[in-house]
Amino acid sequence: MNITVCVKRVPDTETRIRISEDGNDIERDGVKYVMSPYDEFAVEAALRLVEGAGAGEVTLLSFGPDAAKETLRAGLALGAHRAVLLKGEPTMDGWATARVLAEELAGDDAALVLFGVKAVDDDQQQVGPMVAELLGRPCATSVTAIDAGGDAVTCRRAVEGGQEVVDLDLPAVATVTKGRYEPRYASLRGIMMAKRKPLLEKEAPAIESALVVERLEYPAERPPGRIVGEGVDAVPELVRLLREEAKVL
Amino acid sequence: MAGVLAVAETRNGRVGSVSGEVVSAARGLADSLGSQVDVAALAGPGSGELAATLSARGADRVLEIDTGEPGPASVAVNAAALAALTRERGYAAAVFAATGPGRDLAPRVAAKLASPLLTDVVAVEADGAGIVATRPVFAGKALARVRVGRAPVLLSVRPNVFAATESPRDAAVEVVAAGGGGDSGGYRVRGFEPSGGDALDVSEAEIVVSGGRGMKDPANWHILADLKDALGDTAALGASRAVVDAGWRPHAEQVGQTGKTVTPKLYFAMAISGAIQHLAGMRTSGVIVAVNRDADAPIFGVADYGIVGDVFEVAPKLAEAIRELRSSWQPTVDKAPQAPGAARRRAGKAEES
Ligand SMILES: Cc1cc2nc3c(=O)[nH]c(=O)nc-3n(C[C@H](O)[C@H](O)[C@H](O)COP(=O)(O)OP(=O)(O)OC[C@H]3O[C@@H](n4cnc5c(N)ncnc54)[C@H](O)[C@@H]3O)c2cc1C
Ligand SMILES: Nc1ncnc2c1ncn2[C@@H]1O[C@H](COP(=O)(O)O)[C@@H](O)[C@H]1O
Repeated sequence: MNITVCVKRVPDTETRIRISEDGNDIERDGVKYVMSPYDEFAVEAALRLVEGAGAGEVTLLSFGPDAAKETLRAGLALGAHRAVLLKGEPTMDGWATARVLAEELAGDDAALVLFGVKAVDDDQQQVGPMVAELLGRPCATSVTAIDAGGDAVTCRRAVEGGQEVVDLDLPAVATVTKGRYEPRYASLRGIMMAKRKPLLEKEAPAIESALVVERLEYPAERPPGRIVGEGVDAVPELVRLLREEAKVL
Repeated sequence: MAGVLAVAETRNGRVGSVSGEVVSAARGLADSLGSQVDVAALAGPGSGELAATLSARGADRVLEIDTGEPGPASVAVNAAALAALTRERGYAAAVFAATGPGRDLAPRVAAKLASPLLTDVVAVEADGAGIVATRPVFAGKALARVRVGRAPVLLSVRPNVFAATESPRDAAVEVVAAGGGGDSGGYRVRGFEPSGGDALDVSEAEIVVSGGRGMKDPANWHILADLKDALGDTAALGASRAVVDAGWRPHAEQVGQTGKTVTPKLYFAMAISGAIQHLAGMRTSGVIVAVNRDADAPIFGVADYGIVGDVFEVAPKLAEAIRELRSSWQPTVDKAPQAPGAARRRAGKAEES
């Protein structure tokens, strides 16, 4: 079974975010970028499925700037077989991103297309199911584990109050969240091999968008808090403050 | 003016409490557009009680979507029905809840309508040129003001942000046959494995009690569970990633950048250091309380109230003091001026009864 995983290059979660001068983007200088953490789970899921089957290849697909090649190489070092970069600047419009990715995926023979449940920059949580709609394929979201089974896969989904188990007929789409898959580390050999693996670059199709980011702002500062006291002796005062000052009890 | 569609989530045939917030958000938007609010109730026909609750929140009309099938419809069928409805009635906007079911549903409706979708919206307004929404990005390190200049505008609202205000009217109820012909081709539900009890989801709870690595052992969680119970049935348990990675608690409870984002009225960080990725998930909470034995823990930088001390001593005392307070104040609570949370808690109860 061939699997394609869509991966996005995002600022590292430790990064301090500074708003750019013109106010509608972030300052890109000095930002460290990584593969979005949920996409790492998706890559791990794909690698294990292919290793388990002893057949098939994992393709990584990213829509992003030239520098997203680093993200793709990092994924190749983990064991993915090939990568495709659709060169362009993704915006907050997930619907535009979905169309860019779907256009490429429509010509792909992968039985399964995996996404992260969300990209941790814009936090939109939408691209996976949108691509599934565009491709007309069944889609399971928030998947924690995938098991192969002939013409279908069985997915466990994290839903309110428990786990839902669903079968998806292939070809299918799933968005992966934390669960069974602990991302592996790249071995030195993997990193060396990644340099020789195919990484195809193409211009992303131009897609118009009805969405405009007018400006970014910093969230309101939290007013400075206070230490009520030390140990159990501070408990009555804390409860009084919660009741009378904060009015939350 | 084109109306606004509010999508009411239903669980076990009842309106989820977050639906009140969805209707309130839609009401605010419709008021600025000078139009009306239609609520799509996915539970199917026959619940007049549902209409009453929703009309109290500002619904002009309740559309009971009838899929013609017994039991709850699949997400594919619901998405097709909502897309068809939005197209036919020419809504200016459709408002969803940014909850598990809402996140599953909204992107599919958006794709069917070829519309952008703004998720986790915390503020929204209409002006002459379209609809402008505010949504957190980079895990809340910034807020983006985003304009969509073309109808319909699809958005999902973050739970616990839009107050479920009273705006009573007499909502007419209309049964609408589900159109759109969606089917669940290739998606077959095999089963459901409950994770024990019907615990409130941490992202929707009004009060969250989260525990970190300082709790030392999963066997100590009864201490936090007891504090949670003392705080009532709108409270839920949360956890730091360290705790989830150790397998002490399920990922569904993880708060933070790679877990859930929560906006409760009251957040307790118990023996949590306050790493940037944890703060990302909870810093927009109403009131933050931290208990940590390290006075320099970063969590105290965002906490409104902190106690420096041993969680194993402080937490049980806290539960005890809250129980005492609740029992002594209970008789006067109805008359006392209320915190917004108190009013909402009761409204939530009424909806569910
Ligand atoms: C990509 C990425 C994503 C991440 N996503 C998340 C996320 O979503 N959520 C998240 O939480 N973290 C996340 N993290 C991890 C984060 O960086 C921290 O490692 C984690 O939050 C630490 O958890 P903790 O506070 O429970 O543990 P620790 O940092 O070990 O803190 C334990 C605290 O308990 C206190 N303590 C110990 N004993 C007691 C006692 N008896 N009484 C009182 N206090 C006591 C200590 O003083 C300390 O402050 C992420 C990290 C990365 C790199
Ligand atoms: N620019 C992109 N390139 C490749 N995949 C992407 C891109 N943007 C989003 N995705 C995929 O879609 C998932 C969900 O993203 P989002 O809907 O933006 O939260 C991500 O985890 C990725 O798997």
